[in-house]
Amino acid sequence: MLEKILILLCLSSALAEQPCKPDASDGYKVRLSIKTALGDEAYVWNENEMFLFRATLAFAMRSHLNGQEFDVSNIIVCDETPRVTFWFVVTSPLNTSGLVDKGVVEEAIRMSRNRINSAFLLTDKTLEFIGITPTLTAPVNPDTPPWLIVFGVVMGAVGAGIIVVLVSPLVLKKRKKNEETDEDEEETGVKAVENGSTREGVYNMSFSDDERLTQM
Amino acid sequence: MKLKLPNPGLDDRIPSHGDLERMEKEEAGDRPKWDNKAQYLLTCVGFCVGLGNVWRFPYLCQSHGGGAFMIPFLILLVLEGIPLLHLEFAIGQRLRKGSVGVWRSISPYLTGVGIASMLVSFLVGMYYNTIMAWIMWYLFNSFQDPLPWSQCPLNANRTGLVEECARSSTVDYFWYRETLNTSTAIDEAGGLQWWMVLSLVAAWTLLYVCSIRGIETTGKAVYITSTLPYLVLTIFLVRGLTLKGSIDGIKFLFTPDVNELMNPSTWLDAGAQVFYSFSLAFGGLISFSSYNSIHNNCEQDAVLISIINGCTSVYSATVIYSIIGFRATQKFDDCMGNNIWKLMNAFDYPENNITDSNYNEVLAHLNQTNPEIIQGLELQTCDLQSFLSQGVEGTGLAFIVFTEAIIKMPVSPLWAVLFFVMLFCLGLSTMFGNIEGVVVPLQDLRLLPRTWPKEVFCGLTCLISLALGLIFTLRSGNYWLALFDNFAGSIPLLVIGFCEMFAVIYIYGIDRFNKDIEFMIGHKPNIFWQVTWRVVSPLIMIFILIFYFVTQISKSLTYLVWDQESENFPTLEARPHPSWINVMIFILAGVPSLAIPVFALFKFIQNKCCKKDHNDFTVDTISAKIQMSDKMKL
Repeated sequence: MLEKILILLCLSSALAEQPCKPDASDGYKVRLSIKTALGDEAYVWNENEMFLFRATLAFAMRSHLNGQEFDVSNIIVCDETPRVTFWFVVTSPLNTSGLVDKGVVEEAIRMSRNRINSAFLLTDKTLEFIGITPTLTAPVNPDTPPWLIVFGVVMGAVGAGIIVVLVSPLVLKKRKKNEETDEDEEETGVKAVENGSTREGVYNMSFSDDERLTQM
Repeated sequence: MKLKLPNPGLDDRIPSHGDLERMEKEEAGDRPKWDNKAQYLLTCVGFCVGLGNVWRFPYLCQSHGGGAFMIPFLILLVLEGIPLLHLEFAIGQRLRKGSVGVWRSISPYLTGVGIASMLVSFLVGMYYNTIMAWIMWYLFNSFQDPLPWSQCPLNANRTGLVEECARSSTVDYFWYRETLNTSTAIDEAGGLQWWMVLSLVAAWTLLYVCSIRGIETTGKAVYITSTLPYLVLTIFLVRGLTLKGSIDGIKFLFTPDVNELMNPSTWLDAGAQVFYSFSLAFGGLISFSSYNSIHNNCEQDAVLISIINGCTSVYSATVIYSIIGFRATQKFDDCMGNNIWKLMNAFDYPENNITDSNYNEVLAHLNQTNPEIIQGLELQTCDLQSFLSQGVEGTGLAFIVFTEAIIKMPVSPLWAVLFFVMLFCLGLSTMFGNIEGVVVPLQDLRLLPRTWPKEVFCGLTCLISLALGLIFTLRSGNYWLALFDNFAGSIPLLVIGFCEMFAVIYIYGIDRFNKDIEFMIGHKPNIFWQVTWRVVSPLIMIFILIFYFVTQISKSLTYLVWDQESENFPTLEARPHPSWINVMIFILAGVPSLAIPVFALFKFIQNKCCKKDHNDFTVDTISAKIQMSDKMKL
């Protein structure tokens, strides 16, 4: 009888010591790449940082499951490597021997991913939860494509240029013609009376300076 | 060689030296003139220096032995480029007409040469301006941050990136899908792509506004379009040299491989590059030099412009390869970084344990201890040389390789805008010459009423080219453009160039030509010109023509296609042409080339059957002797 109790006690204590192990069904592997992210300003990974991680994760669980008061002790960590990777599992505050479901943990992490990242000055790529893919940010799609705006500006300028180039010689010619006709009306008015000829059609400027008699 | 073919009536068709002196003094004639010499030089430099200097020459240089390529290039520049250039300048300045007018004056049977020039200018202008439309599209898209070719769009259910983009790269996807929306074969036309049509309209209207009154307007525009590229190249050079890896690129470009000089295709590629780079046989240069004063020193101009063209090619090659070196180094670093990351994660090494320097030893050690894990990681081999030699000519250089380099530089939109503005200016100044080569012969041929102003001729040309150019905005447009580029812009030009030389030296007469040049610039052309004009340059042209003909015929069997289903995706796949394409090839290459003999035959038949008209030339009336110009002097 005593032996059975002893065996039961050993088994239960053994079970209680092993909720967290690599490839645990309800656990996740975390990989941090601090030197890659921060270069010279990288901090050293130590017990204090690990405490912060557990606290942040407890925060994430609390935010997701409102009401349940997760504590740092509910986050169990194991199998740390020099690479800075480790496995963690989350125990429920209501039932210390029971693990929180994998799916629930994933949702909690997704919701607070940004906060977890910024607590460690890392990004989705340098603080990896193996198995939880980061949500992709869609590229920004403005309503009017910017290229249409530039196209409109260029075409407007070109159109204005064409109009200016086509119209300006006509305007100049008209202005010159008005000046010329004003001058010649004074000059040749008498001559017109002399010859008795009426001016008809378009005034031909090539003849305006020539004498009446053609030179051979 | 004192060979000279009989050419009756030549003196009656061309102005004599006395006439030219008189025209010069009285400044008679309705022919436009350059405002100053700088305008003329800038226009010619702009016409000669084009996109080929930036994206064809660097590739040729690097693939044919780097620094050693300078030797055949410089030799052929001197023996082929400069004599042909001098010839075109001199004949235009002497006869004071556009291309059709010049050849018709030399002999009515040679009108075909001018018509061939006009046709080639028209066909080349059509597809060249489509490249301008592509450049404008990229330019319009450069005014945003992040640049649209730096990201892949998400797929329909937002779980990942679009498959085509993920398999190739963001720049490939933007070029082949979002710009061209290319189909998988040349006979799959697809529809018109509205954004490409808009860009094409923009390109043609911009060209129209700049060349609306011929050199009056282009002469002002070239102050910017011919000088801005040099400024931008210098900015890129300074920026490039401060980037990591640029020196590797420049070293890769210029590392000489003297064995390449033994390869005949090196010499032939150099010769072809010199010929096309000078924009000879388009007729534009003849037009431009016909607006010069009669005593302008065309010999000096030819040498100067040749030197500028050669130096620009080398300079832009340096700049391009400094940026390519940067891109290759970035890709190499990314590749190595990726491999080291995979190794670190697989074996849980602390960070910075594996670096670039000990990567190979660590890999070898791990390969011995855990070969299966290494296999499972699928590490890529990173080779800087292979990154440096990736597809770096033509549109691939500008729209894929260079854009990829730009997105890795800080302040990318600025560099993108600068780069595409430079390409646009380079292309626009070349298009001025093309338009000149189409509009002036149209006026000379008197197909349309003479009273119509130049604006209408120009507008008609642009409108018809735009309408026909819509074929390049189809989904298969890229393949059509490659077809035009390979056939319309290659063989006919060589044929016309050879005919030009032959016509001036042997039909016009080298003696008369020498006297003309002596009259114009004050001294007879020296022995170098005599030898090159009579023997060396025509021989080189014939060699290149035969070589080009042979390679084009063998190349015409396949074309490169972007096909998602092909095995080698994203590498382009070679597919055979459908057989009706051969008809198109014949039209593109054959019609301009055959215009020369066909017209000669036509004139011959016309003369034979209407023999009475010949006598008009011999009647010496007073009105035939007096120079009839627009302003009548009584």
